[in-house]
Amino acid sequence: MSKAHSSHLGFSGLPETRTDAAMSELVPEPRPKPAVPMKPVSINSNLLGYIGIDTIIEQMRKKTMKTGFDFNIMVVGQSGLGKSTLVNTLFKSQVSRKASSWNREEKIPKTVEIKAIGHVIEEGGVKMKLTVIDTPGFGDQINNENCWEPIEKYINEQYEKFLKEEVNIARKKRIPDTRVHCCLYFISPTGHSLRPLDLEFMKHLSKVVNIIPVIAKADTMTLEEKSEFKQRVRKELEVNGIEFYPQKEFDEDLEDKTENDKIRQESMPFAVVGSDKEYQVNGKRVLGRKTPWGIIEVENLNHCEFALLRDFVIRTHLQDLKEVTHNIHYETYRAKRLNDNGGLPPGEGLLGTVLPPVPATPCPTAE
Amino acid sequence: MDKEYVGFAALPNQLHRKSVKKGFDFTLMVAGESGLGKSTLINSLFLTNLYEDRQLPEASARLTQTLTIERRGVEIEEGGIKVKLTLVDTPGFGDSLDCSDCWLPVVHFIEEQFEQYLRDESGLNRKNIQDSRVHCCLYFISPFGRGLRPLDVAFLRAVHQKVNIIPVIGKADALMPNETQALKQKIRDQLKEEEINIYQFPDCDSDEDEDFKRQDAEMKESIPFAVVGSCEVVRAGGIRPVRGRRYSWGTVEVENPHHCDFLNLRRMLVQTHLQDLKEVTHDLLYEGYRARCLQSLARPGARDRASRSKLSRQSATEIPLPMLPLAETEKLIREKDEELRRMQEMLEKMQAQMQQSQAQGEQSDAL
Repeated sequence: MSKAHSSHLGFSGLPETRTDAAMSELVPEPRPKPAVPMKPVSINSNLLGYIGIDTIIEQMRKKTMKTGFDFNIMVVGQSGLGKSTLVNTLFKSQVSRKASSWNREEKIPKTVEIKAIGHVIEEGGVKMKLTVIDTPGFGDQINNENCWEPIEKYINEQYEKFLKEEVNIARKKRIPDTRVHCCLYFISPTGHSLRPLDLEFMKHLSKVVNIIPVIAKADTMTLEEKSEFKQRVRKELEVNGIEFYPQKEFDEDLEDKTENDKIRQESMPFAVVGSDKEYQVNGKRVLGRKTPWGIIEVENLNHCEFALLRDFVIRTHLQDLKEVTHNIHYETYRAKRLNDNGGLPPGEGLLGTVLPPVPATPCPTAE
Repeated sequence: MDKEYVGFAALPNQLHRKSVKKGFDFTLMVAGESGLGKSTLINSLFLTNLYEDRQLPEASARLTQTLTIERRGVEIEEGGIKVKLTLVDTPGFGDSLDCSDCWLPVVHFIEEQFEQYLRDESGLNRKNIQDSRVHCCLYFISPFGRGLRPLDVAFLRAVHQKVNIIPVIGKADALMPNETQALKQKIRDQLKEEEINIYQFPDCDSDEDEDFKRQDAEMKESIPFAVVGSCEVVRAGGIRPVRGRRYSWGTVEVENPHHCDFLNLRRMLVQTHLQDLKEVTHDLLYEGYRARCLQSLARPGARDRASRSKLSRQSATEIPLPMLPLAETEKLIREKDEELRRMQEMLEKMQAQMQQSQAQGEQSDAL
């Protein structure tokens, strides 16, 4: 079990970030998510006396701390774009094996491989089982047609695994969640526009998994170049009908919409720089890259948007990423599977009996 | 006693004056994936703005785009010397999903120029031969990869016997000094492993002073050149304006040898080795092409065909002049063969007819 640095990562505040979601777990929701969620009616406690319902937050918090939770993040992009370094920087631990050792004989794999490595990180008493799914070989060949297919297959396999567990008669109390909650797609900082491969990948996979596009190695672009490039990328994604996370159609209320609109239209895709080396800047030790013309500080918002990405993925939207994966992407997969199977659940035949429709399991926050 | 002075020490001056009058032709090809700073570097090298009217297509348009060859000419005059510089671009290289054989148009183009020269050289009016042969290919390698990618290797192997290759790492301000060194070493190792011949800068004369020799050795060791280009002038440190790129953490100076190898590249390419590149193209690469071409025309197969048909007995002993491109010559040989066969058939038919009529005549005589 690797311990996180003493500096705050941010996910120990998890159960408190989405109160709406927490409240809706008490009553099993019919799928899909309601367009207008039930907001808790504020009762004037002076009139009725203190009931103590609000302690539910603390109870959930305690449970989460005891059981911990899963998070599965996938990284996709050409080799050398700093994927592993970025994930290590995000979680402040060596959770991704870096192929940065120049002395090692390193061959680009001939086909796309899927490598999942799990770690347990702890912070503030909260345990997270983090799985980083690497995809070496993506986009590196001369012929990259359909190179996203192994990735799509892997994602669907995890949905299938979960579905099989769900339809069991004797279900596990806590179904292990290997589904991909978040896919970071690394865009090469060409400064021109997206590459055809980027478009094709995101077109195919944005309906299946939450994609967060990031501009890798952003220290090669000046401020003007960065902002122009981002605008062009956003426009190209829009023109091609690609919805990256947070998707517009899943904004729950006005508050969500305003917050997410700002992120979608101004900040994303985040232009990031990753590093696992520390340098001395103004008396402080910071993560960065030292060049003859200056030191690039990873967590300095004037230099790059790493801190924005980290806050977005870990401190504010971690739970939502999991919920959208469960309530939307997984449900879409499940509906398709059941439809294909004639309304019957997949898997072994169950003595010819037709099972009643399987109710949606509540979103596993306290796993 | 005074040595007698004949006067041909003045020969170099005469050559110099003649070449100044004649002007200087140079064709430079620039190749590599899009977004590596090729156009910016060319503009920086030759202090021009050659790509003003360039339209960069969007990603969706580039999906099925095939590689095109674009030529841009510019006349540069400096110190009374006129240089007619032709730049050959390869937009679309490495763009599509399937880049198999995408280097073939480039190979074809280079060979076409050789063919044209061969034709002109074998022609009657050799006074004004236009030399459109590609004298040098600057190949841009991505700083984001881990060395040469499969596509780089394939391209270089396809052209290395046909053109002088100078490998260059584009957008080198993406790398820290140790990363640059490691990448250069990796590329050098890969070039050796794949047996790719790049342009060898000739050794300096043994009678040069130590300083010059050391400088020369340093320059050679910095291949592939890690370059940064810029057409913007910035004020770095407030002293004097320099060409550079301004970031929030510092300014990269294009002409600062501690920041990148731009000066080395410019010195070696433009200031000292322009003529040598032309000579190697003519004496080595073109001669190699010419020898291969002539050898294949004088192949045993061709001679057999010639000897089989009686009518072309004489041509078998002649040395065929390569008046036409290879493919066309083959076609012509085939056509000629066809013609000969038809003529033979006709001849045989006529002979048969004659014999028949003779026989008939004898019969009628006999009757």
